Amino acid sequence: MTRTVDSKLITDIVKDLFIKANTSLRPDILAGLKNARKNETKEKARYALDVIIKNAFIAKKKMLAICQDTGMAVIYLRVGQSVTIKGGLKKAVSKGVELAYKKGYFRHSVVNDPLIRKNTNTNLPPIIYTDIVHGNKIRIKVMVKGFGCENVSKIRMFRPTDPVSNIEGFIVDTVKDAGSRPCPPVYIGIGIGGTLDKAVSISKEAIFRPLGKNSKDKHIARLEKSILKKVNKLNIGPAGVGGNTTALGVSILTYPTHIAGLPVAVNISCHATRTVEVTI
Amino acid sequence: MRRIFLPLTKDIIKTIKPGEQVLLNGALLTARDAAHKRLIDTLKSGKKIPVSLKGETIYYTGPTPARIGEVIGSCGPTTSARMDPFTLLLLKHGLLGMIGKGERSKEVRLAIKKHGAVYFITIGGAGAYLSEKVKSAEAIAYKDLGPEAIYRLIVEDFPAIIDIL
Repeated sequence: MTRTVDSKLITDIVKDLFIKANTSLRPDILAGLKNARKNETKEKARYALDVIIKNAFIAKKKMLAICQDTGMAVIYLRVGQSVTIKGGLKKAVSKGVELAYKKGYFRHSVVNDPLIRKNTNTNLPPIIYTDIVHGNKIRIKVMVKGFGCENVSKIRMFRPTDPVSNIEGFIVDTVKDAGSRPCPPVYIGIGIGGTLDKAVSISKEAIFRPLGKNSKDKHIARLEKSILKKVNKLNIGPAGVGGNTTALGVSILTYPTHIAGLPVAVNISCHATRTVEVTI
Repeated sequence: MRRIFLPLTKDIIKTIKPGEQVLLNGALLTARDAAHKRLIDTLKSGKKIPVSLKGETIYYTGPTPARIGEVIGSCGPTTSARMDPFTLLLLKHGLLGMIGKGERSKEVRLAIKKHGAVYFITIGGAGAYLSEKVKSAEAIAYKDLGPEAIYRLIVEDFPAIIDIL
């Protein structure tokens, strides 16, 4: 059955989602941090986690940004093909982002041109991915992506014959090289397969998966667990002070790929992993 | 945790140890990428910069705007390594302290030691928590840079860990 959605509703929803994402830490991430606090033995690591957990409570109570890097706004839209949108969809999404950053007192962190670098003072434009799917609903997923962790993310094109151990090595080395710059404990999103851009895209989308849920593919779930174990032996620890929680979790998404290729992308997300999603 | 009072002096720095957790009290400056670039470009062209760096501590942060009635918004540390290319010259102009997150380059580590300066780390991603340690904030230079302007902050019991000394 076809359905009409007013673009103004989309603006309101996007605005609310970005305010929530920026001020209210994901419950699974908060639970992961509390669990890490129980398992850390080093005093400094426990102290860092205490501060990080307190920070989430202060942010929620005061409606204050969890982190001053309120990021670039990333939006994933899954639009049912039986939905008619009254008004411009992308314009409505952008307006929602702009309002959220103004009303939420979030930092404007976007520059107009990567080389000229003048702040747009609206946090626009956002990054929008749109998929047309079956049905008459719209799924809206938003992510606040800070650049401390974005800057240390990587992609490598492996040979199709390379052993999985090489892929694991690359991922562990990426986390090791990042050190304390991406605000550990991190959530590691990984994309394997597709094309160069597809691997990167799914590595970011992997971060939406609730912490503690592994892939449904058994061989991938095994890989996730193995990487997490190795990464947590790096002794980077919370805020880089050392300890056994360098990552809270690993989430891998895969996609079919070419006979000649094996792209692997690592998208690191800080302990302030901020995503929210809703279906309307 | 021991309280350290700002501005830093070489005598104060002599009393602290790497890895020690301290609470910073007093005045510091904020500056991140764009402000650093402008400071360096100005110094290199032989002109005077709008702030004196002598004995100063720079906190690498770009806060969110303050809500009405609040001193400052969320204000955690940004990645210090991006300021590495600019740090040597600022140390030569008297900078004594830096606060940020993450590792520094070998060149910067050596320069910090050589100048008897100190690099503190604080907890990245704890901007809301750290905002409660800031008692006053005033943009004092490069206001056109918005969140990247240079602010004078007065902090009280601002938590930090000595990383390079």
